[in-house]
Amino acid sequence: MSLAALRRRFFGDALNGALTLLLIAAAILWLPPLFRWAVLNARFAPDVAACEALNRSGACWGVVAEKARFILLGRYPAAESWRPALAAALIAGSWLGVAFGGLRGNRVLPALALPPLLAVPLLGGGMGGLPTVPTELWGGLPLTLLLTAAGMAGALPLGIAVAYGRRSSLPVLRALLTGYVELARGIPLIAALFVASFLLPLFFPDGVAIDMLWRVLIAIVLFAAAYLSEIVRGGLQALRQEQLDAAAALGFGYWQAQRWIVLPQVLRAVAPSLANSAIALFKDTSLVTIVSLYELTGSLGLALSGDAQWRPFYLEAWLFLAAIYWLGCALLARISSATPLRP
Amino acid sequence: MQIRQSANRALQALIVVAVVGLFALLAVTTAEHLQQRGIRSGFDFLLEPAGFTLGESLLPVDAGDSTWLAFTAGLFNTLRVALPGAALALGIGTLAGFGRLADNPLVRGLAGAYVNAFRNIPLLLQLLAWYFILTDLLPAADAALRLAPGVFVSKSGLALPWWGDGGFEIPEPGGFGIDGGARLTPEYLAMLIGLVLYSAAYIAETLRAAVLALPPGQRLAALALGMTPRQVFRLVLLPQAWRAALPPVTSQLLNLFKNASLAVAIGYPDLVSVAGTSLNQTGRAIECLVIVIVVYLLLSLVAAAVSHAFERRSQWERPT
Repeated sequence: MSLAALRRRFFGDALNGALTLLLIAAAILWLPPLFRWAVLNARFAPDVAACEALNRSGACWGVVAEKARFILLGRYPAAESWRPALAAALIAGSWLGVAFGGLRGNRVLPALALPPLLAVPLLGGGMGGLPTVPTELWGGLPLTLLLTAAGMAGALPLGIAVAYGRRSSLPVLRALLTGYVELARGIPLIAALFVASFLLPLFFPDGVAIDMLWRVLIAIVLFAAAYLSEIVRGGLQALRQEQLDAAAALGFGYWQAQRWIVLPQVLRAVAPSLANSAIALFKDTSLVTIVSLYELTGSLGLALSGDAQWRPFYLEAWLFLAAIYWLGCALLARISSATPLRP
Repeated sequence: MQIRQSANRALQALIVVAVVGLFALLAVTTAEHLQQRGIRSGFDFLLEPAGFTLGESLLPVDAGDSTWLAFTAGLFNTLRVALPGAALALGIGTLAGFGRLADNPLVRGLAGAYVNAFRNIPLLLQLLAWYFILTDLLPAADAALRLAPGVFVSKSGLALPWWGDGGFEIPEPGGFGIDGGARLTPEYLAMLIGLVLYSAAYIAETLRAAVLALPPGQRLAALALGMTPRQVFRLVLLPQAWRAALPPVTSQLLNLFKNASLAVAIGYPDLVSVAGTSLNQTGRAIECLVIVIVVYLLLSLVAAAVSHAFERRSQWERPT
């Protein structure tokens, strides 16, 4: 790029020049102290005394090493740590496989839906010699990933069914489903989680006690399915009528045409929107901490709020968590741009 | 055809019966459980004393006042953070959206980093960080930071010049902190900052996408007419982009209202957290949650109507 072009970009007119100077001044003013805090003065060993001696002049990254197991795995029994670690690896691995690996076409949806199904017996145990671990003790990263993956795996079939139901010729069915979708989309997720936490136990017959985790998962599936159904419905509406005419001319029946002609095209077309919903759900799983399930966000609170010694270094532990969420979102965003459903 | 129609009718009747049956079953089971636990039902508790106070409120409410007043104060608190939040988010979101389209690589980089970071970290986590910063990292009230003449910030919140009992007051350091003027609590500030920065990042992205989605011929034609790049942006691209971005931006603002319910996590007494407190005190889970759901559905309806009116107003206006 020529010098003149550079000058035009950075100092094209008065406003542009002022902004350039302002940003350079801010960088000179703030970046060196930030670097000193984060790197030069920082302590990387989990040593409380050394961190306190810093008096906030440097970051205490030791808090991450000290609390990593608790933040990542929550209250899961320490002796069984390999199980949540493997469960998280299975789910994250399936995301990595779709985002970077060769997973394409028909194998994508089963590959994303299977790991959460495997993770549940792995975490719960009670079979194959694995000690039983009650769901209240599940937490941290595996729980965040499980709620996201299982939530999407449950919500997508339901969302597709609702989208078809809203196109049915039965006015009663259409009205009921429209009511459900508008209700779910109109309320905040917290309200749905409160319903799962306080109302669902009242609805079930005596003797049926369902763990909070499964009640919350039901609420998440019903909540997300409403949004997914709108996406799928949009995709169905956008499909050209000629496709159905051609299918009919080839002798396809209604359901055959849906299975082999319509759904593959619709799902491929709306895959980026579905991935965006997965990103939203991944972030929204943090809300389950409000109804006492300690996924990543909740386990950060558990790890630090009761520990007066380490609590002052909340910000450092927070940054570690923010980085995990950021990476998860980036991974799911890559799935969305990779259009993995293309054959 | 006749057979098909009557089959449809039968199927619909079956659906109605199934749904009504399901709801009846739920109602019977629920009523049984409420009776077992000795919980009365009905909305009469709204007229009884709330029995709790709100951390802060525009309406003066105390524990002896009736519960519906506490719910109203909670709704006011939701609006008190969401309405200014929506206005600020629109402003900052528009600026950041422009920033992402700027020629200047520094401006573009900064706006891009902001949008990228704030969109990809859960709002709840962001709120917790703001709350920690405002309550743990700031100095105590007796050593408040002076941001500007009459503006102080400390662990106990932000003090601003405002009308008080004795007319317009300018806050001053006093014996135990800051005296005079208005005070915004750390809970309110954390909610406001968190909601605004999160929503603004989404609005910026929406605006950028709307500008980039315009046909490239628009820009080229305007340049060919001799407009400067800034005129092209302001007079040609922006008005069209706003029209396309209006529905998604409205839904972002509605999300901001819904996200205000996260207040419960940091102890700001919004509608949902008042409902939660009342629910724990009275055990009337159904009633409290019905109130929350109905209020939010009404807010959605109002938002839909407002956005509809705006969309109608911003339709193509052809010069005559």
